[in-house]
Amino acid sequence: MAADKEVLVFAEQREGVINPVTYELLGKGRELADKLGVVLASVILGSQVDSAAAELIYHGADRVYLYDGEILADFDLLNYKHNMVKLLRETQPEIFLLGATHWGRSLGARVAAALGTGLTADCTGLDIDKNGNFVQIRPAFSGNVLAHIRTRTRPQMATVRYKIMKSLKRDTGRKGEIIKKEVELVPSLIAILHKEKASDINIADAEMIVSGGAGLKKAEDFALLAELAGLFGATVGSSRPPVDSGWIGREHQVGFSGNTVKPRVYLACGISGSPQHLAGMRESDIIIAINTDPSASIFRIADYGIVGDLYIVVPRLIKSIKECRR
Amino acid sequence: MTTGLKIIVLVKQVPVMSQVKFDVDRGKVDRSSADVEINPFDLNALEAAVQIKEKTGGSILAISMGPARAELALRDALARGADRALLLRDRKFAGADTLATSYTLASAIRQAEGFDLILTGEKTVDGDTGQVGPELAEHLDIPHIAHAYKLDVSDERLVAVCDMDGTSYTLEVGFPVLVTVTKDANTPRLSTFRDKVKARQVAVEVKSARELAAVADAAKFGAPGSPTWVHRVLIPSAEYRKGRIFTDSVDEAVAEIVTEVFRPYHR
Repeated sequence: MAADKEVLVFAEQREGVINPVTYELLGKGRELADKLGVVLASVILGSQVDSAAAELIYHGADRVYLYDGEILADFDLLNYKHNMVKLLRETQPEIFLLGATHWGRSLGARVAAALGTGLTADCTGLDIDKNGNFVQIRPAFSGNVLAHIRTRTRPQMATVRYKIMKSLKRDTGRKGEIIKKEVELVPSLIAILHKEKASDINIADAEMIVSGGAGLKKAEDFALLAELAGLFGATVGSSRPPVDSGWIGREHQVGFSGNTVKPRVYLACGISGSPQHLAGMRESDIIIAINTDPSASIFRIADYGIVGDLYIVVPRLIKSIKECRR
Repeated sequence: MTTGLKIIVLVKQVPVMSQVKFDVDRGKVDRSSADVEINPFDLNALEAAVQIKEKTGGSILAISMGPARAELALRDALARGADRALLLRDRKFAGADTLATSYTLASAIRQAEGFDLILTGEKTVDGDTGQVGPELAEHLDIPHIAHAYKLDVSDERLVAVCDMDGTSYTLEVGFPVLVTVTKDANTPRLSTFRDKVKARQVAVEVKSARELAAVADAAKFGAPGSPTWVHRVLIPSAEYRKGRIFTDSVDEAVAEIVTEVFRPYHR
């Protein structure tokens, strides 16, 4: 086994498709590994994922550990955990990064507890300070605070928020080694009876979002926002109050854990801008806010703000856009 | 299920988040001015436990780790349907990160008289890590299911539906198991005045680090047992964008936005 030090990135995949957060982790991992002068490794567990393993090299990994087994095709918590813990005991990386997805958080926590090491949740920044220490930055208290966290044990583990780090450009000229590892099987204990796509809404990846908040008067009024969104193939989003009222599904909620968005255009209709909501959308390229209350927090981060009633402004926007297209 | 399940519910007392103040200049978080409550997600865990108990019989033990005033959270849990309550309270538990917290909880649970099911919220509103549940399951060497929004118990098996990053999974597992639940799992019931009076008659058991040390390594409690530490805290000043804010002319605003922002999207 390689005795050289590593930064290790967990490559999350489902049915052979790599979760894009993995490429962002490889981009950041490359930078950290270079600063520390160590190898960037990645680990992928799955069934028939050879081509996926090559993608990890094209996106920056020097070395890929590949576990191929049918049981690993879908999420099998205890088999993933068992093989990951074994690898980490063997290779003893300096740093181990996972995506802050449901899966990454669940698996990461089990692995960290098994190894007795520290795990920092949902990081939005990672760096090596001037003394060579690994610093993990995460928002706390609904994004009002940025905590800088350090870890005294190894590996230093972190889950990292999606859409924050930058991935490297895919380069098929990049070279690296793929090390096939033997899968050790343990009882699964948890059986998958059924699975289905919860919805086609993937708000985190939306290019344009039209969101509604407490300024909406009833569930049906989301149709107005949907009409505007429909003009651009945009996704309808929501702040927390309409979701809590059951007017729209939680998968539409911006600012809910995991649902950080970074669209080109974010249009907030009747959203005052709670810290959670702002933390979930502040990275949008262009922010447009419509609100009757001129002191609403959302205006502080808006590129365009309209103090007015969304029931007047949104229909005018729709009309004007349609006229432009005539 | 004739004998019923032994259920443990983990609750954390958290500050009411909207009341926490932030001092930008001094980089300080002031929680002292905030009221405290049971972590809202833990109320869903408690409600799930009560519903299972109503169906199968059994018992509910609520456990919390925290300072003396966390007894209030446990009183609330008793009023909402827990049968017994245990508070892990000791200065030596203070400053614990998720690893030390889960280790301490695991030590107390090992010392308790056995369990079939552990329920807790998918995360807490103050720490927001979602790690303590899965880490605890690992310490206890039992499987866990995270983010469950539907739960059903039958024939010594538990079936849970959970969201895994956009796909819903229906999972089946035997006992013992740990499950973390989301806000969509149920609507927590309110406790009545009578419930509260009744809850006052139940003694909250308290355990210290010394009592747990019989089954645990006390060096793994609290800050000394925590591999992570907060090196510094930054309170970013509120962000501003130099936006164009239209206060009295919707027409002008619409015209400018349609031209400046949406023009590239006009087919």
